[in-house]
Amino acid sequence: MRRFILFIPLVIFVGIGVFLWKGLQLDPTELPSALLNKPLPAFQLSALSDPERQLTEADFKGEPALVNVWATWCPSCKQEHAQLNRIKAEGYKVIGINYKDDRQKADIWLKKYLNPYALNVFDNEGSLGLDLGVYGAPETYVIDAEGIIRYKHVGVVDEKVWGQLKGIIDQLKSGNKVLAQ
Amino acid sequence: MRYFIAVFLLILPVSVWSAIDTYEFKDDATRERFKQLTFELRCPKCQNQNLQDSNSPIASDLRNEVYKMLQEGNDDSEIVDFMVARYGEFVLYRPPVNKATYVLWYGPFGLVVIGIVVVLMVSKKRKRNTTTSEVSSESNNETHLSSDESERLKDLLDTGKNK
Repeated sequence: MRRFILFIPLVIFVGIGVFLWKGLQLDPTELPSALLNKPLPAFQLSALSDPERQLTEADFKGEPALVNVWATWCPSCKQEHAQLNRIKAEGYKVIGINYKDDRQKADIWLKKYLNPYALNVFDNEGSLGLDLGVYGAPETYVIDAEGIIRYKHVGVVDEKVWGQLKGIIDQLKSGNKVLAQ
Repeated sequence: MRYFIAVFLLILPVSVWSAIDTYEFKDDATRERFKQLTFELRCPKCQNQNLQDSNSPIASDLRNEVYKMLQEGNDDSEIVDFMVARYGEFVLYRPPVNKATYVLWYGPFGLVVIGIVVVLMVSKKRKRNTTTSEVSSESNNETHLSSDESERLKDLLDTGKNK
């Protein structure tokens, strides 16, 4: 019994050590989206290409897609743009939300770097961004055919991240209900 | 020249002050609530700054949103719920009491209780140890003396008394 008591500090030490070690591996900047498994927020905003055309959340539905929040003032958006073009080339639907940006600049950007977006919402006030819980572009969401948010990625979509997102979209397409973490 | 420098120095703090965005409130109570809310809500972009302190664009957006909602007459819990619905419980510097935060809220009290129990146990043990050691030393003394010895001791004490 006395022997056992001597080991208690060691046990506590190992316990705390494992706990803190795990904490070191976590990325503190990664926030879980509060909207996971919830429908897209309702909105009515003009299309980027055509100020007359009004878009709503209903336009996002139909098939599982990526929703990419981007802006011309965001350097990381430029970095991921080529990857978005490749995703489009693979036959996946990408929807854009042009966040707090300038219509003309965005148009020039899309002409210069090609347009991977099936449609683009012009959210210059950031109101849709606020409802989505966007805190910094680029952010990329995976939505299913009913417009339910299934995954959120903050930061650049590169080859590796796309692999992950693609897996989720493919699962959604095959009809499996995936509950993202 | 001296005059200009003096004026410049007088203006300097004013220009620094103007970098902070200003809000007009209908009364002091609302201003207090705004201060309190932006103090307790965390900026989602920055790791450890509240809305009040942060210069990031998202923090300023959210300050505007808090201001707008206050002007529209929303109460504090509605504003907090609005933020949590969009940014999650991360934005709360005062986390709610629920299953995930029980350890956070009650852990310190638990540790204090454990500490008290340990202190009590240790002190009790020490007390018992000292009393038993006293007792044992007494009994040791007794047992160390054989019957002859104790008789001699008695004789010595008696002769001492008689003198």
